[in-house]
Amino acid sequence: MPQNLNKALEPFLIIVGSLTVSMVLFGMFVAAAGADPIEVYQTMYRAAFGTSFSWQNTLIRAAPLMLTALCTALPGYLGLIIIGGEGAVVMGGLFAAIAALTMPAAPPMVVLTTMALVGMVAGGVWLTIGGVLRHYRAVNETISSLLLNYIAIALLNHLVTSTFRDPESLNHPSTHHIGEANMIGVIPGTDLHWGLVFGIVACVIAWFLMHHTVFGFASQIAGGNVRAAQIAGLPVGRLILIICFVAGAAGGLAGMVEVAAIHGRANDTLNANYGYAGILVAFVARNNPLAIIPVAVLLGGIRASSGLLQRAHELPDATVLVMQGIIFLVILFSETLYGRFSRLQKQGVS
Amino acid sequence: MDIGWWGVVIAVLGGAIRIGTPFLFVSLGECLTEKSGRINLGLEGTLVMGAMTGYAVSLHSGSPWLGVVCAGLAGMVLGALHSWLCSFQRVNDIAVGIAMMLFGTGLAFFLGKPYIQPSAPRLPSIDLGAWSDIPQLKAALQINALFLIGIIVAIALGWMLKNTAWGLKVRVVGESSDAARALGLPVDRIRIMSTAQGGFLAGIGGSYLSLYYPFNWSEGLSSGQGLMAVALVIFARWQPMACLWVSLLWGGAAALGPSLQSVGITGGYYIFNAIPYIMTLAVMIITCSPRRTLVGVPHELTVTR
Repeated sequence: MPQNLNKALEPFLIIVGSLTVSMVLFGMFVAAAGADPIEVYQTMYRAAFGTSFSWQNTLIRAAPLMLTALCTALPGYLGLIIIGGEGAVVMGGLFAAIAALTMPAAPPMVVLTTMALVGMVAGGVWLTIGGVLRHYRAVNETISSLLLNYIAIALLNHLVTSTFRDPESLNHPSTHHIGEANMIGVIPGTDLHWGLVFGIVACVIAWFLMHHTVFGFASQIAGGNVRAAQIAGLPVGRLILIICFVAGAAGGLAGMVEVAAIHGRANDTLNANYGYAGILVAFVARNNPLAIIPVAVLLGGIRASSGLLQRAHELPDATVLVMQGIIFLVILFSETLYGRFSRLQKQGVS
Repeated sequence: MDIGWWGVVIAVLGGAIRIGTPFLFVSLGECLTEKSGRINLGLEGTLVMGAMTGYAVSLHSGSPWLGVVCAGLAGMVLGALHSWLCSFQRVNDIAVGIAMMLFGTGLAFFLGKPYIQPSAPRLPSIDLGAWSDIPQLKAALQINALFLIGIIVAIALGWMLKNTAWGLKVRVVGESSDAARALGLPVDRIRIMSTAQGGFLAGIGGSYLSLYYPFNWSEGLSSGQGLMAVALVIFARWQPMACLWVSLLWGGAAALGPSLQSVGITGGYYIFNAIPYIMTLAVMIITCSPRRTLVGVPHELTVTR
């Protein structure tokens, strides 16, 4: 029994410890920049979790992070490091908006369902390109998915400035508005849109898929040892493609929600770095879809506090980027600590 | 004098040198790092940090060359941090690279906020086109001294990797860390040195962006040059001289969109801008294969496994 407890306790302790060390390092950083770290943390807490209004701000930012984190976390089960979440969001949002514009007369429910499906397929196909290149051409998936981000953004900019441009969007090239009737509403009793529910449901489904199905079990084996999986007859290539598609579909859904709940149009605001922040969420959560939910809320809070930090302490808005970078580096460093504590215990017994 | 389509050719050639120079420095830095068996995806952050440092130092000191040196030193610190973190067990160099990319750009944006408006002294250029009457050719042949320095570095790096004891040590560590340990070589220290020196070169590449072309400091200054360098080095087969030619090719590709605009072809501007990324991806697809390892690859490199 205590061994089982250790197995669950070790990652928890290491992650909490890493976050504490990150907070100390970041505190030293803002102190060097001339701000009082204690006050900065108090401001961040107030801006992120202090009032119901700030909670709302935090959760709105957390919703797309849950989905983009899945873009990195699910391929992580196969040992792949895919960082193409940004491209999946852009493609999902772009094609969801285009889909809505092709069906002006349809009832809102039909439009929204189509948008979600088209967005998910667009994001899924986009991320699957990386998986295909990985499996059939042995192209490093990290680099290819990153290059695909830039290509997706170029495609978005091209289409919203040419074929699909709304002539009235002068300074900020965008597609036509999808129509107020087709916007996703808010959850009754709150000002939060339904994107948060999508994020949580997607994480729970992903967790069930990876931990309670044969498919998930096969993926974990393939991620542990590709040779062993191939000898056991597992279709490694198919696993890679399916997982990349599901991961990309999550990112595409995030893009669709950004269009259908916030902007109403596809334009370059889709490229809001949710994809890159999602990578951090996935790493901190150690790819576990259930752990993604609280980590996304935490990071959403950090990002929500950027505005107030600027006003209250005159710290630039890039402050939260520095904090994200520090957390990321400390978390990666903490990988080296796993197993060291149990080794100490074993030595103590013998 | 109307030179029509020749204008496009001249502009692409001039762009190859002007836009290719930062590619050259970053790819040489990445080449050295990869020769020692590590991959540094964080050079994107190093590039931005170098651009900011170079611009800030040049503004305060009045000397752009001092800015270039300080940019290199900033890059060196980031490179050393990357390889120090990677020298611990089970710490993945690709993941640390992603983190360094976010950390480096975040730090540069944080520290560089006050430098977005003011104008720093610019690096001087050498006029190789004075003999010509054609203004386009004159503009294309305005070459920065950093480009010439880059050529010298490429030649020197190739020679040193091949002919010196230091180069041999770097290559042994990159080919097989077990063999290197058996020979008593300090594997981690050699990798930290190589990555730090690679960071130095990438930092200089960044200072070229802010101090010569496009000559400003803004948050959108770098657009993935640091990342493309990784693929560039694969295309160049880990040979410094090949990095030079490949960088020029990439610079020319990036200059194609703006050059066509000058003769009135404005459609597909964003698509033309994406050509370097598409080319990089195409090169990776063509050169990689699941059935054989790449020619000239350092065998410790995780990117090709």
